[in-house]
Amino acid sequence: MSEFWQMGGYAAYVWSAYALAAIVLVWNVISARASHAEARQRAERALQMESSDQGRVA
Amino acid sequence: MGTWTWFHKLSSPPHFYRIAGKMLPWYAVPAVLLIAYAIYGGLVLAPADYQQGDAFRIIYVHAPAAWLSLMCYTVMAVAAAVGLVWRIKLAHALAAATAPIGASFAFLCLATGSIWGRPMWGTWWTWDARLTSQLILLFLYLGYMALRSAYDDLSKADRSSAVLAIVGIVNVPIIHFSVTWWNSLHQGSTVIRKGGPAMPPSMLVPLIAAFFGFTFLYAALACIRVRAEVLRRERNAHWLKDLSTRSVASE
Repeated sequence: MSEFWQMGGYAAYVWSAYALAAIVLVWNVISARASHAEARQRAERALQMESSDQGRVA
Repeated sequence: MGTWTWFHKLSSPPHFYRIAGKMLPWYAVPAVLLIAYAIYGGLVLAPADYQQGDAFRIIYVHAPAAWLSLMCYTVMAVAAAVGLVWRIKLAHALAAATAPIGASFAFLCLATGSIWGRPMWGTWWTWDARLTSQLILLFLYLGYMALRSAYDDLSKADRSSAVLAIVGIVNVPIIHFSVTWWNSLHQGSTVIRKGGPAMPPSMLVPLIAAFFGFTFLYAALACIRVRAEVLRRERNAHWLKDLSTRSVASE
């Protein structure tokens, strides 16, 4: 098992490359979801404002 | 339903918003399974390379990242061109949604390549054709996103960033053929080359799984991001009202 982690002497290179890949994959998921959540909140707020404006006119 | 009605229906924002949401798990699940298998296969199942030892295992994250960075740019440029020529907002939305994904994988490609280059070539970086053109790809993505954020008006941002995306497409074939056209330190193609792949199946199958896994991941991420872009472009549209009442009811 420890042989596996040593990666034939290339442990630092192999594991840092895979760690970076994991960070980029996770970042992509989090930031895509955050972007959608933010856009959705904004759209809902804009709709609420629009409907409250209409209420004032009527 | 005829092709044209189908196309019109698909290009309507509310319909597309719903479709993108429904498609998401169909891309996300295969992406997770394929990437998990690729990592296991690349780190455990594949034998060490006879020249590069275990350092070659970096290929399982480096090559799919490179592929995705090029595929994303092509999708972005084609979508931007369609948006510009036929004035389709949805195409611009797809281009804008694709840019940050492509940029992140261009970065991953450069970073993992640098980590791989250190033990194999004895240097983190060299200004050769493949590396330099890939760095330019990252700058094109960053330039595209910076240009978009410089505008408050989304439709102006869409039009001017589209021009940059289209002009930058010349870099894509340059990256691809750079190892053939110029004398590069970077190794040539391993998978798609004359005489078939230069790998035994135990090495090749996880790599192919990684290519497909990353591609499915792009599709899943694009579904989420394009929904966000559609919402930004459709503020105050009436279909959003149905959406928010439904979301209140369901949440």
